Formats: sequence, C-alpha cells, structure tokens
Amino acid sequence: MNLHEYQAKQLFAEYGLPVSKGIAVDTADAAVAATAEIGGDRWVVKVQVHAGGRGKAGGVELVDDPEAARVFAAKWLRKNLVTIQTDAKGQPVSKIYVESCADIDRELYLGAVIDRALRRVVFMASTEGGVEIETVARETPEKIIRTIIDPYVGAQPYQGRQMAFALGLEGPQVRQFTDLFVNLARLFRELDCSLVEVNPLVVTAAGDVHCLDAKITIDGNAMFRQRRLAQMHDPSQEDEREAEAADFNLNYVALDGDIGCMVNGAGLAMGTMDLVKLHGGEPANFLDVGGGATKEGVSEAFKIILSDQNVRAVLINIFGGIVSCATIAEGIIGAVKEIGVEVPVVVRFEGNNAAQGSEILAASDVNILTAQGLVDAAEKVVAAARQAA
Amino acid sequence: MSILIDKDTNVVVQGFTGSQGTLHSEQALAYGTRLVGGVTPGKGGTEHLGLPVFNTVRDAVDAGATASVIYVPAAYGMDSILEAADAGIELIVCITEGIPTLDMLTVKALLDTMGTRLVGPNCPGVITPGECKIGIMPGDIHLPGKVGVVSRSGTLTYEAVKQTTDRGYGQSTCVGIGGDPIPGSHFIDILALFEADPATEAIVMVGEIGGTAEEEAAEYIAGNVSKPVVAYIAGVTAPPGKRMGHAGAIIAGGKGTAADKFGALEAAGVKTVRSLADIGSGLAEVTGWD
Repeated sequence: MNLHEYQAKQLFAEYGLPVSKGIAVDTADAAVAATAEIGGDRWVVKVQVHAGGRGKAGGVELVDDPEAARVFAAKWLRKNLVTIQTDAKGQPVSKIYVESCADIDRELYLGAVIDRALRRVVFMASTEGGVEIETVARETPEKIIRTIIDPYVGAQPYQGRQMAFALGLEGPQVRQFTDLFVNLARLFRELDCSLVEVNPLVVTAAGDVHCLDAKITIDGNAMFRQRRLAQMHDPSQEDEREAEAADFNLNYVALDGDIGCMVNGAGLAMGTMDLVKLHGGEPANFLDVGGGATKEGVSEAFKIILSDQNVRAVLINIFGGIVSCATIAEGIIGAVKEIGVEVPVVVRFEGNNAAQGSEILAASDVNILTAQGLVDAAEKVVAAARQAA
Repeated sequence: MSILIDKDTNVVVQGFTGSQGTLHSEQALAYGTRLVGGVTPGKGGTEHLGLPVFNTVRDAVDAGATASVIYVPAAYGMDSILEAADAGIELIVCITEGIPTLDMLTVKALLDTMGTRLVGPNCPGVITPGECKIGIMPGDIHLPGKVGVVSRSGTLTYEAVKQTTDRGYGQSTCVGIGGDPIPGSHFIDILALFEADPATEAIVMVGEIGGTAEEEAAEYIAGNVSKPVVAYIAGVTAPPGKRMGHAGAIIAGGKGTAADKFGALEAAGVKTVRSLADIGSGLAEVTGWD
C-alpha cells in the first residue's frame, strides 16, 4: 500500500526525521490559509498523487505569493495529474501539500528496500539526488552505497557514519545523517514498510541535512497490525476495478487486450494470459478467483471483467484441486444467467471432476464453449474474440 | 526414494481444529499420510479426527512428530514457525498466505542458524506420491515416479504434475516453495536435494515474475545439476510495477521479468518452454522418454 507524500512526512516527523513544515489542504482557500500558518514568504505547493514525475508534469510549483497558492490549488484540485508514471487518464488530485521552502545546496538520495536475494533490509545512498535510483544503478552503479541491516541488532550508528562520510558530508551533518538513518530504519521496521525513499535528501544552504521528499510503501500483508496506516489508504489512487475486486477477495489487474481471463490461482492466471498471447490473442486482464471459485466469486469476477468495454470473449481456466469442477460449473452457469453475459465464454476444466463439470456446462441452456485442454481453450477463445471484433 | 518426506514421515498439524486444518488433515489421512495429531493451544488432551490434540508442538514432538504443517492465520504464522523450529521439528511446511515480509525475514535468518528446513509460506505444500501428502494439493493427480517438481505457484504445480502423470512419468516428490518474496526454501535448496536423490531422473522447475530466484537457480544448475531440467516461467504478459496475486510476483525497477529469467535459464543450458501446455513434451524432449 502506497502513502501520499504528506502522510509519509507526517510519519517522518513522528520519527524525528527533519522535514519542512507543511499542511495538506483540499480547498483553494485552505491553501492560502496554510501559507499564513506556515509563515515565511516562499512556499512549495505539491499535488498529492501516488505517482512519481510530478514536478515535470507541472504538479509542483514554487510560489512567493499566497494568491499563487490559491491559483495552483484551484487549477489542480479535483483534476487528474498525468505524469510519466501514470496512464493517459492520470491520477485524481484530492489534496495539495503546502510546504515551507528550503534553500538547497546539495541533493542526495537515501532509500531502503527489502532485498529478496539477500533476505535483508538494505539501505542505499547516493550523491545523485533527484535521479531515480534505478537509473543510477544502471548508469553509475559505483555511486550507490549499500548498507545491509542485521534483522536482530537493527541499524547501527557506525553504518550511518560510514554512509555519511562516503556521501561527503562533514561536521554536524554526519551526526544529523546518522540519526536520520537510524530513525528511518526504525520507521521501516515498526511500520512494516517494503520501501522507503527520500529523494532528494538535501543539504540546505544553512548546511543541514533535510528530507525534501518522502515516499513510503507498506507491506499489504501487514495491514492487520498497522491499523492506523490502513486508515491512510486512498482508494481513489487505485484502478477502480482493481479496488472493487479486492473487496471481493479477487485479485484483478487490468491489461490492454480483449480477452477476459478468469482463473483459479495466481500462477495459473499469469500462465493463462501468456498462453492467450502465444496463440495470437491479447489478454484483457489478470484475475485470480481463488481456490473456492464460488458462484458469488464467479459472478463478481464476470462483472469486473465485463465492465471493461474492450472485452470480446472470456476464458475461464480452472484446475480443480480440492474443489470439484462440477461445483464450479454450477457457479458459472448461475453467474452467466444472473449477469446476462453476452460475449462468448470458453471454459477449460482440469482436475477434480473435470469431465462432469464440462458435461454440466454442455447440458445447460447457457451458451458456453467447453475446451479440451489448454491449447484448445486458447485457440477457441482467440477465435471467438476475432469473430466478435 | 524421494526428498524431504516419505511413508515414514510423522506429521503434526498446527492449526489442526480450524476449518482449513480439518479439511486438509482429512485429505491427508485419506491419502495415507502419517499424522501424529495436531496442535491447538488450550485444546490439549482432546481428540480431533480420531487423533490427539496437543497444546504445544513440543508435546507433538514427544509423540514422534518430525515434520509439521501450518494452517494458522497469517498473524500467527511467525509464532507457529518459530514454535515448530524450537521444538526440534526438522521440516516445517507453512501453507498460510499473507505473513508479513519482515516476519519472514526474521524467521528465515533465525532458521538458517538452527538448520531447520522451512517450505513456504504461501505454498501448496510437499507430496511424495503414494507415500506422504503434506499440504493442500489434490492427491489423485499424482503418480509415483521419476520427475522432481519444484514451483512457486500452486495451480501451476498441478498443471505440471498432471502432464507428467498423463505421460506415465510420475513424480518423485513435488515441492511448492510458495509465492512470497522471502520463502523458507529457494529453488536452489530443492534442486540440490533432487540432484542427490536417486529416484529423481529429471526436474521440472516452474517460476514466475518477481525477484531473482530463477536467475540464481540458473547459475546453480549450470554448476551443480547434472539431471535434465525443464523450466517454465509465468508472467511474460505481466505489466511492470503490478503485483500479480502472489506477494512476490512483481516486476520492480525493471528487475524480475520473465524474459530475464528465460534468458538466464537458457544460458545455463536448461530446456525452457514458453507454453505451460508444453511441460510434458519438454520433458520427453530432454530425457528421450516416450
């Protein structure tokens, strides 16, 4: 789960990390009021969306007049921001973050991820602030300073000092960076993060180390014990259909093709998409209905798949494990009748009671094509989609 | 022969009396798995499915358990794994999905120091056909035989199993290592066991997008595995940055694509198949079997 910058900075502040004074607002008037409350004579106004590349897309501005903050807020609130990281529609803007302005001397990078190969939390720092870490890793990997965190003793000050000196920090900055690093590692652990980024981490004109941006991603598996963070969830930043699917415990990811896929199991769902593509079709989605594949689950899955106007045919691929394909067949028939599915539906059953499941479908009065095996299923659904095109 | 489990493996079920624990314990018993009983704290001394219920894993170990299978909710996953490890269980199979990644990071680091083997979490389990079934896989698609199967995905494992059964090859042991970012056992751990197992004549490896476990396996195979390996990777059509169902199935920062994994495996001399329907025929090709 991603957090907005203003939420991440609130958490940063709670962990003693140096962030600018800021206020998140949702009206143009509040933007003006925020400048007065923050004080000073220059502010940064930032659109709050779950996407990078905001600056280049016009979603970040430096203003030296409260009225300019009003104009900026009025321009963006309840609009969508399109950046290089969003789709063509962009992400809806419901909050603007108004922040005091820091004078920057140097830009650095500090981030932490869970390194799957090392099975450790790894911090990365670099002198290339403001640049995506993937780009630095590709072009100048020698500029990335890595620090591995021991899961039992946690981040230690000496590790912070090593990074600070390697970044060319000096004097009081070394201590500031070290505190920041230790606190950020504590935040990562206590808030069940899967990613934290400060990009850029800056040295201000006054010589202080300061977090100019903040990005936090929380491990979705840990939401049961991060109740407060769960409250920070902003569903407006997610694909509507993906969010709706999640409400029914379905995993759905929208793609660009015209063949809807409904599959039990995440791996098989990916394998089915790949199979459709191999046989000349384009998958419209990833959808895992889970092991049970009940009538309710199948109905919801149909609704979500068919809400995509591009879908011309649907492939249902079920490997019955413990659950019988006969039970799933009844679920499919019930769902097709209830929803009134009009596009061709191809069903491939394998495993538990597969033959019986196919017979039930064949004997029913709903229009479903049954397939014998994976290849037959892919060929039939690709042909059906072409015919409907 | 087989790897990890056989007809003499004594299994304890953690989360025995819950709905999942009950359903899959019934299936395991029907398959012939030797269950010594289960653990449900506070219900020790009672019976469930005709077997004893223990308060602690330690009690189950005293009763002869050497392997455990875990069906507890995700919030108790770490605690259950650590309890089993501390009690001296040699093989822990964790079916539970949704355990926080930082919990698994801590668990894995500790288990590595103890020498305890963990399979999963978020996996279908382990089966040695005809001998012992630990997990949620359907027993009847399996056939005792000569192919070792190792996979990150449940239903994709079943597809691979079905194809090897249909061709009469059968399976020595099938291991679902699970779809989480930090699994207890990696491909490499299981490949090493298959290489050393005389009953395993060929290996099927089923991977998916996310992480670099397949690339590490490719490197390992090139230097250490003499048996023929057929590999399939799911997720060629998966978009970057999106989590595809499994917690670990995500292309992040350009890393973890199916193309990279196929490329690494092919460079290591592994036979790869682009269609999941071709796993069986791929095996026939590399082994010369009918």
